[in-house]
Amino acid sequence: MSRLELRHVRKAFGGLEVLADISLRVGAGEFVSILGPSGAGKSTLFQLLTGAQHGGGEMFFDGAPLDDHGGHFAFMPQRDALMPWRRILDNVTLGLEVQGVRRKAARARVAPLFAEFGLAGFERHFPAQLSGGMRQRAALLRTVVQERDMLLLDEPFGALDALTRTAMQRWLEQMWRHHRWTALLITHDVREAVFLSDRIYVLSARPAHIVREIKVPLPRPRSLGGDTARQASVEAEILDIILNPEPNPQPPKGYDHD
Amino acid sequence: MVSSSSNYPRQLAGLFAKAAPAVISVGLLLLAWELCARYSGIKPTILPAPSRVFAQAMLNREALVDNAIPTIRATLFGFACSLSAAFALSMLVDFFQPLRRALFPVFVISQTLPLVAIAPLVVLWFGFGLMPKVLLVALVTFFPMLVALVQGYEATEAEIGQVLRAMGAGRWRAFVLARLPSALPYFFAGLRISITYAVVGAIFAEYAGAAKGLGIYMLNAKNNFRPDLVLAAVGVSAAVTLVLFGLTVLLQHLAMPWERADRQAQGKGAGR
Ligand SMILES: Nc1ncnc2c1ncn2[C@@H]1O[C@H](COP(=O)(O)OP(=O)(O)OP(=O)(O)O)[C@@H](O)[C@H]1O
Ligand SMILES: [Mg+2]
Repeated sequence: MSRLELRHVRKAFGGLEVLADISLRVGAGEFVSILGPSGAGKSTLFQLLTGAQHGGGEMFFDGAPLDDHGGHFAFMPQRDALMPWRRILDNVTLGLEVQGVRRKAARARVAPLFAEFGLAGFERHFPAQLSGGMRQRAALLRTVVQERDMLLLDEPFGALDALTRTAMQRWLEQMWRHHRWTALLITHDVREAVFLSDRIYVLSARPAHIVREIKVPLPRPRSLGGDTARQASVEAEILDIILNPEPNPQPPKGYDHD
Repeated sequence: MVSSSSNYPRQLAGLFAKAAPAVISVGLLLLAWELCARYSGIKPTILPAPSRVFAQAMLNREALVDNAIPTIRATLFGFACSLSAAFALSMLVDFFQPLRRALFPVFVISQTLPLVAIAPLVVLWFGFGLMPKVLLVALVTFFPMLVALVQGYEATEAEIGQVLRAMGAGRWRAFVLARLPSALPYFFAGLRISITYAVVGAIFAEYAGAAKGLGIYMLNAKNNFRPDLVLAAVGVSAAVTLVLFGLTVLLQHLAMPWERADRQAQGKGAGR
């Protein structure tokens, strides 16, 4: 059963057509990625989902039209959007606070996660006192502690160095296996998409439509040193699609069916 | 938290270092004035030397203090009124955007009214008491504060709003959690400008008619051909303004502890 379903979603800003025709679905407990070039309209799609913008087409959540934009998603924006005036601890508990969780309970809930996110000892710091990567981890922590129906992650690891990024991707994959979050991830990074996702939608350049839907045939748990050959071939396939957009697109085919 | 207490002496030293150029330039100006008044042959009833102004101020200190108090009172009352009004209206405007287009032209016009013309009228309508001073102070400070607040709300990072909305926060929640704190730097910038206008406004109102106050004191001194006392009163009003200005800086320091962290992050490695 699909939790989130988009049918022919469109969006234009004035005369600028950004999203031409986006149809996709995310099943319960499924990890889906959207892979596309910069400026394609990926963040715009999340703006539509969170209700910051309105566009054409239809959006459904659990089969019902999506109209409560503040009820289902834990959203992590591309820029971390930490509040400069709140200490990291208070930034991380923001979602719980809005949900009405008592401050003490909220703090108790997030406290054990600081070490895991490499933020231990920085609870009382202001965001300006953290590095870019630390800020991004704090933003991710703020997102996952909300325990919503679905995660919307807009390039969550974009500002991290390669080592930390790999560690965080591992952490996320592990957590995902544990919690079976339903998740939609936006990324530029083909490896990241392949490593984390069950399925990948490849987006064209603006005006964006879906070029291909790819099922990732790799078993879980995934490990970065695991079935390297197979992983590499999936990555190569996707890169090929992105770099050589077919002039007359064939109907999308599942990668693992042939 | 930010290890501020440990380097307090250094902060103080830094403050002196920052103040030094201003002290030197003001000192040089006073020196030039002193020399000019002494050796140019201009009569002290036209241009009194700063030393004479200071001596006369000391001699008349009781009268000066006596007259400064109503001015300070009018300034603070008026400023409190305009602050509350600006705050209430800024919120209204933020929640009902059309109000902005309806109200702002009126406020802009209120700012173009020449004080010289308006002050006597307000005194005529409301008498010699506190009321007309409070009104005038409020009139000159209200608009800058309103603009600062409204602009500050608008400076809220769009992504923060989007995150809050996705969390299920309503407009009021988003206002309190994001828009209000985002406006604080603008608020304090507006506060620093307005507080200087406020003192000038109060003095103007007194000039137009008052029982007591620095404004009426200046007027009387001028009529008695005592430019030294006029200047002494000017010095007192400048001192009052400086103190109020300093208070706003202190207040900002206390209200925005993260600002120091921001500044340090921006100035990392640069200067010191
Ligand atoms: N509020 C807006 N008003 C006008 N144009 C907008 C707005 N938001 C986005 N756009 C335009 O929509 C296009 C897509 O922007 P979007 O942020 O969705 O790209 P993206 O795919 O997320 O890119 P990136 O990978 O670089 O983050 C851009 O050309 C941008 O200028
Ligand atoms: Mg984006």
